[in-house]
Amino acid sequence: TAAALLALIGHVSAARAEPPATESADFKSQFNALLGPATPIDGAGLTLDLPASVDNGDYVPVAVAVESPMTEENHVKAVHLLSTANPRASVATFRFTLLSGTARVTSRMRLAKTQDVVALAELSDGRLLVVRHQVDVKVGGCGI
Amino acid sequence: MMKKPPRIKLPDAINTGEIIEIKTLATHIMETGNRKDAAGNVIARDIIHTFTASFEGQQVFSATLGSGIAANPYIAFFMRVPGSGTLTLTWLDDAGTTTVEKVSLTAA
Repeated sequence: TAAALLALIGHVSAARAEPPATESADFKSQFNALLGPATPIDGAGLTLDLPASVDNGDYVPVAVAVESPMTEENHVKAVHLLSTANPRASVATFRFTLLSGTARVTSRMRLAKTQDVVALAELSDGRLLVVRHQVDVKVGGCGI
Repeated sequence: MMKKPPRIKLPDAINTGEIIEIKTLATHIMETGNRKDAAGNVIARDIIHTFTASFEGQQVFSATLGSGIAANPYIAFFMRVPGSGTLTLTWLDDAGTTTVEKVSLTAA
């Protein structure tokens, strides 16, 4: 399936001016471990707010929000933030409670190079939501 | 180790039942553990790995942080205000330092 892979790379290159870095083995293993046997749902109320491009990968503002009533029956348990091409894939896991009132968090992350950032939300009913966002990085985060 | 206490920002006026944003900024190098010094030795990781927020003993929010969080970690989260009480914020780092800040909150 080398041909299929090449076709895929060709497709990605054609679609994007600057293709993101290849997904790291660490990312794939962490992402698959989080998913388990579940099939994630794209988007569906999960938003990942990141700039489209940054000059400096050392401080990249990131905000995650999940639409949820945050009741006992229906709430967001956690949001995992993953980098697809930093030396370490796990960026953060944010855990919410009913006292949170809303499943929203803002932070700042490091990006070593142009890549996709992935957010995965765990809901109380077992659903998993996934969203991806590419960030072009002109100067990578130093010493990541 | 934090060189100075964390900064914490809450809204000026708070009402019971309201969902408020709590902004926190810690002072920390967040050394990734992936860098080498001039002699080529790996510089040990030293990051804040855990942040928790609780109100009157009940957990509100928590975060497990990795080396991909920027230096001087900024975390802004939300709380549905149950009433007046004490908000306790805790930062734990790899050096074994625990930083605890308590904020007394008066809700109208």
